[in-house]
Amino acid sequence: MDVRKTELATLGSRGLLKREATAEGLQYLTFSLAGEEYGVDILKVQEIRGWAPVTKVPNAPAFVRGVMNLRGAIVPVIDLRLRFNLESVEYTKTTVVIVVTVQSASGSRIIGTVVDGVSDVLNLNVADIQPAPDFGTAVHTEFISGLVTVEAGMVMLLDVDRLLSVEEMFALESVRPMEAHAAAA
Amino acid sequence: MAIDIGQFVQTFFEESFEGLDVMEAGLLALEPGATTDLEKINTIFRAAHSIKGGSGTFGFKNVTDFTHLMETLLDGMREGRLGVTGEAVNVLLGSVDCLREMLVAARENIPVEPEQIQALQGRLARLLKKEAAEAEAAPNKPAAPVEPPPAARTTGWRIRFKPHLQLMHSGNDPVRMFRELAALGPLTARPDSARLPRLAELQPEDCYLSWELELLAEVARDAVDDVFAWVEGDCELSVEPLTAESATEKTVKPAAEPLVVAPAAPKTSEEGRQGELLLERRKGEDRRRGDRRVNVAASDSASIRVGIDKVDAVINLVGELITTQSMLSALGEDFDMGRLDKLHEALDQLDRNTRDLQEHVMRIRMLPVSSVFSRFPRMVHDVSAKLGKQVELRINGEQTELDKTVIEKIGDPLVHLIRNSLDHGLEPPEERLRAGKPETGVISLDAYHKSGSIFIEVGDDGRGLNRDALLRKGLEEGLLKPGEDYSDEQIYELIFHPGLSTAKQLSDVSGRGVGMDVVRSNIQDVGGSIQIASQPGRGTRITISLPLTLAILDGQLVSVGGDCYIIPLLSIIESVQIKAGAVNRVAGKGEVFRFRGQPLPILRLYELFGTEGAVSDLEKGLLVVVEADGRQIGLFVDDLEGQQQVSIKSLEKNFRRVSGVAGATILGDGRVGLILDISGLIRVNNVAL
Repeated sequence: MDVRKTELATLGSRGLLKREATAEGLQYLTFSLAGEEYGVDILKVQEIRGWAPVTKVPNAPAFVRGVMNLRGAIVPVIDLRLRFNLESVEYTKTTVVIVVTVQSASGSRIIGTVVDGVSDVLNLNVADIQPAPDFGTAVHTEFISGLVTVEAGMVMLLDVDRLLSVEEMFALESVRPMEAHAAAA
Repeated sequence: MAIDIGQFVQTFFEESFEGLDVMEAGLLALEPGATTDLEKINTIFRAAHSIKGGSGTFGFKNVTDFTHLMETLLDGMREGRLGVTGEAVNVLLGSVDCLREMLVAARENIPVEPEQIQALQGRLARLLKKEAAEAEAAPNKPAAPVEPPPAARTTGWRIRFKPHLQLMHSGNDPVRMFRELAALGPLTARPDSARLPRLAELQPEDCYLSWELELLAEVARDAVDDVFAWVEGDCELSVEPLTAESATEKTVKPAAEPLVVAPAAPKTSEEGRQGELLLERRKGEDRRRGDRRVNVAASDSASIRVGIDKVDAVINLVGELITTQSMLSALGEDFDMGRLDKLHEALDQLDRNTRDLQEHVMRIRMLPVSSVFSRFPRMVHDVSAKLGKQVELRINGEQTELDKTVIEKIGDPLVHLIRNSLDHGLEPPEERLRAGKPETGVISLDAYHKSGSIFIEVGDDGRGLNRDALLRKGLEEGLLKPGEDYSDEQIYELIFHPGLSTAKQLSDVSGRGVGMDVVRSNIQDVGGSIQIASQPGRGTRITISLPLTLAILDGQLVSVGGDCYIIPLLSIIESVQIKAGAVNRVAGKGEVFRFRGQPLPILRLYELFGTEGAVSDLEKGLLVVVEADGRQIGLFVDDLEGQQQVSIKSLEKNFRRVSGVAGATILGDGRVGLILDISGLIRVNNVAL
């Protein structure tokens, strides 16, 4: 179990993991994905683990890499690059799985998301967050709850409850492969 | 030491619901018109009485009043003053239902619909009036010889009640008894405190007072006796009729110190109640307290009663486990290779201990199926009356034990199956006679244990499934292809198809709500399967097979292209190597292997699951022959791995249901392995063929 404690340790030594949130202060964990920076509400994050091979699940969309064993619970692992229709890359030593808790209509679920690497923890005020711009239908922005400008550039804040809603993910699948197989055979 | 009475309410509800079941079973066993079976009526009466007492304690007045009426009626039956008529039984059955609703309402804190209660109360009262009328018409009925002749009609009763000191130790409370008396009519009570010791000597749990009571009501002596029925032997009691004369005398004469009932020795009675409650609590075990948290929204199945022998067995095993553990740690302290044998021995013992412990812990969750079956006699009684059919329900093997979760899930499917049998399966009496069958139809309900599974069979001796109608319907709907030969099973299978009904008209009893497809999916949800056998004119038999438990199964690990899957060992017939030339392609579609002279469809798992890098040459892999729902299929895998017991984990909790997969488990190396859903795979394959 090669949980990459080093990242957490560095983050911790920089005092970034301390919950210093004030009344309107928010903390976001940021990570990189295909050269862009994204952020998730740190209260949604359960833990960060290094990538370890998962068990493939049949008839799941490509972005579902499989399921892993999280201390006895069966947790699906989703590749965010594939989820965003980005080009997939080889997993490296910095590839991590951010385990988040997602609220859905049927209760809370635990889901692992594969990202290129963890970057930082951002302390934000609600006032810092700008609404996501409307790109029309060309770009799906419904998973983005807002944008924040930091020194290094822009961070997109993700609405993980929507992004990782199982219902939403499978709504994308018009034909389930198993039935496709059944029809073809 | 204030005790929160609220924590016992749950126990009261549980016991009351059990009591209602007892009453229902008892009422159904009563045969109208036959000689009254006193023991049966007594059982019903006792159950009603406990509910009445409990509801009084917890302040559910409507329940108390209602039960009281029922009790009076039952009492009439017991005394033979009132005949056990079909009408009376039906009213009482209705009352049991009503009472159940009232208790549910009380538990959920929701208001009850008064109309139904009033209607039933009216019917009960009418029956009672009839009783009174009958009693007057036949005053010298031999059944009630103790009754004083009507000439000396009493206007009330004088009761001298001198409880023994330890009356309250048995959980009785004079205040409650007086309240019951007061419900019969105006009551005056004069306490006699002669026995009361000095305060320093007073034992708070003893009852020192005695009373002289006067009940000014024209009630039967039994009604008075009933109140004291539970303290018989714990008191000195004399009940004398109060004649009109003596009553007037009393009323003229100023009563010495008439006391109202309520404040009678409140301190002592409270103490007595506490004693009673403490006792109950000990019986009820502390688990209830833990359950209360989840129980706030209160479902009626949040706790189970476990036989003490089962708990003792677990405790014994834990003791053994501790012994093994200390043996191992002693070995570990200074270990050398010379003691390797001992280590192996100890590890074997540990293995045995854990398996035993697991098995016994599982057994705690097991309940007899009678908890589901017990509702059917009532249902058959009601439905058959509605349909004008004569039905005998035969139940066998109700002590067979099943996992609690499974028990909860099979209730509704069984209701549906039995309703189907009643409505569609069994013919009306005339038709049965014409067919040369006895007028009374038989529905059988059997539960038994066979080779690691539980089987439940619902059978009837009715007309059987209409094969032709099903075939026609199947062709109409395009589910079957014309010109092909179908086996009976394939045709009967159609009744599980949603939206397919051969019933000519929908009736009140079935044909609404859930269909057979829901029945099947419910059964499959708990890992079971369902099969139908039917003979025209002879009847239908539906067999449900269920796993013993949902939590653990014996699995065969198989590998497919580097992935590991688990096949439930119970569904495996055997594993074979495929010989070249034994495989045919049927009509260019599915592959079929000749297995012991029978064609066996082959399902290549890697194709179905889209696995890469798996063995694709049939001769290089293995074929695992599996069976579910009475059908066989060959699963093509790379190789067999070990066998192991796996604990079943849900994929749905964090993900969703995956077709062909029943669940997941954690393998020995910490990876996740998927457990195959054999009957799901067979269905998928059937669609494909």
